[in-house]
Order: sequence, then C-alpha cells, then structure tokens
Amino acid sequence: MTALPQFEDHSKQEKKYTTCYMCACRCGIEVTVENNQVRFIRGNRAHPVNQGVLCAKGNAGIMKQISPAKLRNPMRRKPGTERGAGVFEEISWDEALDELTARLRNIRETDPKRLAFFTGRDQMQALTGLWAQQFGTINWAAHGGFCSVNMAAAGLYMMGHAFWEFGDPDWDRTKYFMLWGVAEDHASNPIKLGIEKLKRRGGKFVSINPVRTGYQAVADEWVPIKPGTDGALALSMVHVLLSREQFDWDFLVRYTNAPFLVVQTPGERGDGMILRDADGQPLAWDNVNGGFVNGMEPDITPALFGEYVAPDGRPVKPVMQLIAEKYLDSQYAPEHAAKVCGVPAEQIERLALEMAHVAFKETIEIECEWTDWAGRKHDKFVGRPVSMHAMRGISAHSNGFQTCRALHLLQILLGTVDVPGGHRAKAPFPRHVPPPIKPAKHTAPSTPLSSPPLGFPTMPEDLVIDDQGRPLRIDKAYSWEAPIANHGLMHMVITNAVNGDPYPIDTLIFFMANMAWNSTMNTGDIQDMLRAKNDDGGYKIPFLVVVDSFHSETVNFADLVLPDTTYLERFDAISMLDRPISDPDSPCDSIRYPVIEPDRNVRPWQEVLVDLAGRLGFPAFTDDQGQPKYAGYTDFISRWEKAPGIGFLAGWRGEQGEKSMRGEPNPDQWERYRENQCFFQHHLPENQRFYRFANRDYLNWAKEVGFNATAEPILMELYSETLQRFRLAGQGLYDGPMPTDAQDKQRLVDYFDPLPIWYLSLEEAAVSEQEYPFHAVNQRPMHMYHSWDSQNAWLRQITAQNYLYMNRGRAQRMGIADESWVWVESHNGRIRVQVKLMEGCQEDTVWTWNAIGKQSGAWGLSADAPESRRGFLMNHLISELLPPGSGDRRITNSDPVTGQAAWYDLKVKITPATDGAECSWPEFDTIKPLPGQSESPDELRYQTHKAVNLRRSLKDILTRS
Amino acid sequence: MRLGLVIDLDVCVGCHACAVACKQWNSSGTTGPLTDYDPYGADPSGVWFNRIRSFEVGEYPQSKTVNFPMSCMHCETAECVTVCPTGASYKRPEDGIVLVDQDKCMGCNYCAWACPYGARELDQASGTMKKCTLCVDRIYDEVLPEAERQPACVLTCPTRARYFGDLDDPDSAVSTVVRERGGFQSMPELGYNPTNHYLPPRVQPPAQQAENPLVSLQDKLKEWMAKAIAK
Repeated sequence: MTALPQFEDHSKQEKKYTTCYMCACRCGIEVTVENNQVRFIRGNRAHPVNQGVLCAKGNAGIMKQISPAKLRNPMRRKPGTERGAGVFEEISWDEALDELTARLRNIRETDPKRLAFFTGRDQMQALTGLWAQQFGTINWAAHGGFCSVNMAAAGLYMMGHAFWEFGDPDWDRTKYFMLWGVAEDHASNPIKLGIEKLKRRGGKFVSINPVRTGYQAVADEWVPIKPGTDGALALSMVHVLLSREQFDWDFLVRYTNAPFLVVQTPGERGDGMILRDADGQPLAWDNVNGGFVNGMEPDITPALFGEYVAPDGRPVKPVMQLIAEKYLDSQYAPEHAAKVCGVPAEQIERLALEMAHVAFKETIEIECEWTDWAGRKHDKFVGRPVSMHAMRGISAHSNGFQTCRALHLLQILLGTVDVPGGHRAKAPFPRHVPPPIKPAKHTAPSTPLSSPPLGFPTMPEDLVIDDQGRPLRIDKAYSWEAPIANHGLMHMVITNAVNGDPYPIDTLIFFMANMAWNSTMNTGDIQDMLRAKNDDGGYKIPFLVVVDSFHSETVNFADLVLPDTTYLERFDAISMLDRPISDPDSPCDSIRYPVIEPDRNVRPWQEVLVDLAGRLGFPAFTDDQGQPKYAGYTDFISRWEKAPGIGFLAGWRGEQGEKSMRGEPNPDQWERYRENQCFFQHHLPENQRFYRFANRDYLNWAKEVGFNATAEPILMELYSETLQRFRLAGQGLYDGPMPTDAQDKQRLVDYFDPLPIWYLSLEEAAVSEQEYPFHAVNQRPMHMYHSWDSQNAWLRQITAQNYLYMNRGRAQRMGIADESWVWVESHNGRIRVQVKLMEGCQEDTVWTWNAIGKQSGAWGLSADAPESRRGFLMNHLISELLPPGSGDRRITNSDPVTGQAAWYDLKVKITPATDGAECSWPEFDTIKPLPGQSESPDELRYQTHKAVNLRRSLKDILTRS
Repeated sequence: MRLGLVIDLDVCVGCHACAVACKQWNSSGTTGPLTDYDPYGADPSGVWFNRIRSFEVGEYPQSKTVNFPMSCMHCETAECVTVCPTGASYKRPEDGIVLVDQDKCMGCNYCAWACPYGARELDQASGTMKKCTLCVDRIYDEVLPEAERQPACVLTCPTRARYFGDLDDPDSAVSTVVRERGGFQSMPELGYNPTNHYLPPRVQPPAQQAENPLVSLQDKLKEWMAKAIAK
C-alpha cells in the first residue's frame, strides 16, 4: 500500500457541536473549525433528530456563514431619503438602541398596542411572545398564520397533538404510511430516515400530492389530487370505512367523545351542544344498564348509536350516530368524491380498505404492563400500524382546518393515534383538548398582558373584540373574521396598519420575516403600502424596524436595521416551551453554542431583546429597584422560571445539575449542555410511551413536569362544541357575544361544522372556473428554505431560477412548448414566467418552487442574477383579500376558522406570451448595496488549509502506464 | 480490495445532501479548493464531483420520478486512465480508487471526453481535472473514529441510500446488498465495468384490502345500536 500523506493537520482543528439552522428541523451538527473558519459540518451521530445525517442545506452552512449578504452594522434610513429607496447610514448600537428604547418607552407608556411585533421563521417564540406579553402589546404573532396553523389547530382541538412539530409517525413500526400535501421538507431529515426504514421493512408508502417530486418520487403509490380537495378524499375514505364497518369500536368508546349525546333541537338555543348533567358532565346512554350515565366514568357501556330522549324531553343522539348519518350519505361516496378530487372511485375505496386491513388484520402488540387513567392494568400496548403526515398542502387552503380534522377523524376511526405503529405525540404533547390558554384582550399603559398574546378560544367570549364586536388586534385575529386564529394573521398586518383598520399603529418590528417579498401575498401592493404616506407627509406606518442577518428585500424598507448574527455565531435555546425537537420516546431540547467569532458589528437578537426588556423595565426582567435582573441572554435562559422549577431548558437542572425536566436553575446549565453535544434527551420509561392520552403514569408525570395542568385523561373530540358555539352565535342562538354583520354570521353557519366537512375553497368559489381553470401552488425544494438559503453560493448552483411546472399533455394540448414564456393571470394580477413541462403533475395544477425569485440587488446577488431576471414569485398573483363579493367588506383570503393564509387556493389562467421577452415580469427596481457592503466575489476558492496532494509515484507511472 | 459505492434508487429523494457534502468535504480536501465561478452572479457554476440527475419515466398519471446521483464509478476498465497523456490519471492497485495527481495533470480534458459518466471536471482556476476521490483523505484517516472513515456522501445521506465498501469481499455490506436487491451497473454495455452499483426501486406486491361486505345502512345501524363496548 502506498503510504498516504497527512492530508490535514487535525491538531489545528477543533470539533464543536451546535444545532443547525438552515431550516426548522434543528438537526444536531458537529462543526470542525480551523482558524475561526468552518472546515466541515456533519450531522451529529448521537443526536435524536438526525442521528448523524444532514441534508443539502445543512451541508451548505459554510456558504451561509461567508455570504456577502451578511449585515455588518446597525443602520438607519438616511434622513431626507424615502423608505424603500435603500439609502442607509451606519450607526452605533448605542445610538440604535437608545433611539428604539425611547420610542418603545413612549408607546408602552401611552398605548402599548401601537407596537406590532411579528416574527418570521424564527424558533424563538417562547422568548418573543414573553417579551410582547411583558411589553403589554397584543399585536404579536409569528408566522404560523401564514404557514401551518390549520394543521396545528386541527390537531390540538381534536386529538391533543398535531402533525409536524407535535407528533411523528412511528417510523420503527408503522406498516402503512400516507403522506398528504407535504412539500419536500417539514420535517426534513426525520422523514427521510423514516421513509427508508419503512420501505426496508416492506411497508407501503402512499403519497397524496398534485406533484411527483421529492418524497413522492419514492412513494409506492402516487395519488395526483386536485389541490384543496383532500378533505373530500379523506371524508370519502371515512364513508368507505363506515360502510364496511371498519372502525375501532374500543378506541372510540374509550378515548373519544363518540358516545356523548348531542342535543337535536334545530332552531333553539342549546341545539348541537352535548347533553350534560347538573355537574356539567357529558352524558351517554348505557346500553347494558339502560339509562343515562356520566360519559367520563370508567366501566360504563355507552351506546355509540341510536336516538334517545333526554330527561328534559329533548331528542339526543350520540356523536357517533351523527358521524354515521353524515358520512354514510351518498355525497361522501367515492363516486361523488372522485368528481371533486380527481382520484378515481375505485382507488379511493381501495386505499381505505388497504389501511383498514393493516389497522385491523396486521395489528401489532408490545408486551408491556401499563396502567390506564382509571387505574386498570393492561399487559400490552395494541397498535394499529397505519400512520399519516400532512403539512402545508393541506393547511394553506381556506378549507384547511376542516380538511386536517378530516384526516384526524380517519386516524381516530382506525385507532392509530399514539399507538405502536401509528402517529405518536411528541413531548410536551399530548395536551388536553382543547388547550386551556386564552388569548389576551386588554392592554393598558406600562402593564404586561394578563395572559399570552396567542391562545385557544373555545367560545365567543374568548374573542379579542370590543363591545361592538370590532377586532382589537391589528391582524384581526380572534375576531369574527378569524375566531380560532391561534397563530395570528401575519399576512394582514401591513394592509391593516396602512388602512388604519382597526386602527393605525406607530412601530412595526419584523424579525426574520421577509414581509416585503416572499412572506407576503400581493408583493407589489405590499411594497407600495410600506411606502404609503398620510396627507401630512408622514408614513402610514410611522416606524419600521427590521431585524435580520442578511440583506433581504425587507431590510431595504427599514427605518432602522438591527443586524443579527448567523446561527454559527450565537447562543440559542430550542426549548420545549417553544417548538420542541422531541421524539415520541423522549422529550428533548437543545441549544446553540457559538462556534465562530463574528467578524462584524452584529448582536444576537435574543441579547438585544433581553437588553431592551431591562431598559424598558419589564417586571419579569427587572428587580424591585427596576434594575435589569439578567446579565444577558444566557443568564436569562438559565435563571428565568415559568413556574417553580420549570425553565426554558429541561436538562441539568438543580443546583448541581442533577435534575431533569424540573428543578432549580443551574448556573452551569449551558456548560453542561455544551459538554453533552448541545442537546438533552430524557428517555420515557417503556410503559409511558403509548396511549399517553389515557396512560396514568404518563399523565401524572406530565403534570409533575409542567406539561399539563392536571393529570386528567385527554379526551379526543371528534365533535367540537367549540365550533358549535360559534355556529350558534352565527345563527343568533347563543347566550353571549354574537356577530352583527351578515357575512360574519353566514361564515359561522357555513364553516363551523362541529364535525369535519369539505367545502370548495373560498377563492375558487368566488372566481369563474372557466376563466381560471388551473390550481397554482408552491413547494419548497429540499435544498432551500425560503429566501434564506437560495442566496447560498453552493445551493444556487443547483437552482437559481424557478419555472412554472405544467403537465406535459395538458400544455401540449394548449400549444404551450417546453421552456416557453407564458402569462399567468389571477383575479389579482399577472406575471410572465418560463414554463417547464413534466409528467408528474396533476393536469389541472401548475406549481413552482417558492422563494427562489428575488428582487434584483438583494441578498448579495448581482443585479442580473437569474433569481431576479428569470425567477418569479407566485405571490404577486395572490391577494390577501378575497375578490369583491356581495358584501361591502373585503374579507381576508384566509381560512374562516383560523385565519390561515389561503395561498394555495390560487386559481389562474395561462396564455403564451407573444412579446418575445425572455425575462420574468413584473420587474422591481434594483436594490442598492448597503454601506460597508463589499462587492460579492466573482470567484470562490474556499478552503481552510492548503490542500495536500496525493502523488502518484514515478515507479507506478513507469511500470503501469 | 475494490472499493466503491452502492446507491439505492428505491429511496433516493434527490435531496442533494450527498452532492453538497462532497463539495464541502473536498473544498478543503486533497484536491481542494473546488472553484465556484460567478458564485453570486448571472451564471453561477462550479466544480462538483457528485451531481444528481432527475428524470421521469412513463406517462402521467403512471409516471415515475427517478433521482440518479452520479459520480466517478471507479471503473475496472477506466479508460480515463488509458487516455491520460501525463500519467496523472491512475487507478490504485490496492483499493481500485481512480485518482488524478494534481501535480501532474495539465488539464487537457482528454479524460473527460473518455468518461461516459461525466465524472471529471476541469477546475479552471487550478487548470487541473478533478473528480471523486472516494474520500481517500477520510477512509484511511486513523484520527477519525472508525465509523466515520467513510465518504462524506455516504455518512450524510438522510435516506441511507448510499453504501461504501469492498465489492471484492462477498460478505461486505455492499456486496450483500447488490446480491440481495439485484444491484446493477450504469451502461454496462460500454465495457467500463464500473465498480459503483445502483439498486433498483423495490417492487411491492399489491397491498391486501379489508374484506367486510357492504351492507345496508338501515340494517347496520339497528345492529350497531345494540352493541355494547365497555369504556
């Protein structure tokens, strides 16, 4: 063997651990650092999320770290220049924070809700939400209303956890996996690892998606569905299961409200509510003993079907009877659903029966003693190994909430929730249904909110409205327009603020939210709105603060820019109080620890938030003398307690770091995390890993560690009284707040069905099918994540331009050629884009990658970069408001229940472009470079040490050539 | 030894993790840096050793999308070696890895013409040909833990679609999986005898379906009313 040279000097390198932040997956990474440069990033083998693997984005971290688009210094818009003109001057941190503090103090002391603070794809909502609560403004939310609130809310109001961050398929045991509306992401690496395990075991993977790329490419069966019709497909499968008697009786009786009796008195107050006894307990009819029983008691034998008469004479029916009557109706039969969703009737029926077979004939059992909520012992966990996952393809529609509930109904009928092989909750879930927190309503000068700004309404009394029923929040969340808006409506903030509807604001802070570009609908108009002025010449949004790490399109509009670090340069806490990285068997949390020293005048936003909190005198951040309590972010994270012993990080608590999950603050906590590769994992004992909604030991433990307020069992609500209360309010039959506007009333009646329904999406119903025959949707590619990553020097060599993808046959019938240019038009606007034809695309659908298109000059890219010349945003076609309808008021283009932005409802028409132009339209002005910004290099030769060549010996050449 | 890679097309989702991991490792690797041209400009491109070709087979709605990563196949009959005028291009006798000696290469591109797999690229800045080294600078590095002495692409693959090992050893993981799954070479008819193999997509038998017959709703509801399950 030829002797190999020493290729690199490992003694000059250091391996450090931290958490990736190229997307929201938060994989553990091992970073090899050399001379304060990154030599190599790989997945951490020991980490629970990714177990050593790492995706393309994670592997491209180096190019994010050295991006020429990094912000270098705080800046203010140069006085005398226009907002959006991009003329800035650099200022010091002191100047920036003094100015901001003074302005915020004034707002806080007069009318706190004139501060609107919205965050984008950050993972710091526990901190930013707390900060907003302490400031006293209700005008805070993150990006969930734009992204996936439908999916989160559907799960939390029905089964106690949800898809994505609150639950996972049981990858090690599932035998049948159905993926609905998932782009190539969410979650990134865990799904990839899981799909391989499933396929290796011989399990079946079915993918419901209009496009066959990414995960869909390796599906055993690809079901090309029309966007926005997944609810019809799911409910038709419910029909099939019911009509073949393929549902889990035991599961329904024991763990759901299927047996509870529902009052049937249409037109009267109390109609559709659950019949209760004098103590408020839900009633069921006991089949064996005859008579009404408390439905929460163990060892009853409640009827699932039948019609009964309550003691007070009112007719009642069990929830399950209503379910059977509703979904056995022929409108849900596969023949009808096929016409709606484009999936053949025989396929609908077959998929339902395949799942039923796996659920009931391929049941798995795990031998393990466990105790249920009533104290009864069981000797095994029974698993029905069918699992599902869904994300934005379900969520980003105006019918997404009910659609996602339909999926959960399917799962519950098959008995696959939190069981072996099914879909399992991730700590801190499961939680009680519905969750107990209510959103804050009342603001007062210099006063923190009495509850968090976001919460979970269960009745009209919980709405954040005034006595006249008008919205109190700037985004109108928790108003009659969006009653269960659990994640806010980020996409309405600018429009409402500029229209002064419900009121004008003073300061708008955006953190990591590219609201002037791809994280908004109707981009051109939004940019105009940011520039809009009053008659007196002042901006309608008087002060705009943008916090970001990079030169985004939104930074260009700022009045004040606060530059953040990259993820390799800072501390961070990925907390269970926030969005967890747990897996079903173990609660987990993690940190980031700086591995690179920043080379510019930037500060982590978390540090700045803690600093501002101290300056502004927030009670939770200051002592009795009004002095800042915390030395900085890390001190705050390790010492702040939500409740005694409960803090941001669950690991190494207690004075000696000897306690897990709950314990006194440990001043060395960050170091203990660092010693443990920056993550903490608590392994649940085996008897606490399944049926947790009914598992006594788990429920007791979940209460002890602060996940849940009580150890009561978690009942799944197939039938939602929350929705019924709002529906009654819409019908004028509610003893409490009711809407006065006719449109509001009708929306409650139409959409707040206490059982899942499908309806045509609002935009689709409002525009002509003949004129706009195509559905238009976005996906995120696996190698990019929103606008953050598409500027990456390596990743943009994979994709620097997005196309409009069309079904080849359909395009050819329309005379549209591959790579030709077309006009795509919606009711809101039009764009000119380049087309690519493909087979794997549903015929009535067109799609593109999101966030590839950029505004010229942003992100350190040249003015003629393909991202701006030929790339495009579909967002220009989407309005944040529905087309003008019968009422005077333009209603938000969102799900009527949750306010989720309905951007996948878009309908378009496509015509060949004949002007010969070979660039996309609209074009935007080129953004100016920032002060201090160096020119982006035109060649990169990145290495952290000189390469050591492996020489071929002369002998080898002479003897073997 | 005959070291090489096996790539499982049944689970490759085209995520490009392997391509970027390779780029990253080799930037500071034995033939680094891997130049990027116009990285922030109108026409970004660069030197990559691993590229993913995605294509479709069949017609909608039965079409299949295939993601096909391609890098040097470390062929037994590596004509890229035969044609090299300087002797820079060679196949190591001890493990079969095909390499380019950066000191001897003059960048004539002849090897790139000879390779049917597109494995070789000219680095315009260094004026030399570069390609997959099978991470020769990782696999023998005794400072690394043994589990990490594998190519970067193999370690990173999120769907565990990549295997590395000795195809001369019938008991190795790579040989076993090629045998069990019917692994194949790309374009064997050209006679290069590539060491790298691909595993075809698994073919599933049709799934079984639940068999209860349809019954009338009236009859069923009557029966269901009487059924008693204990909570």
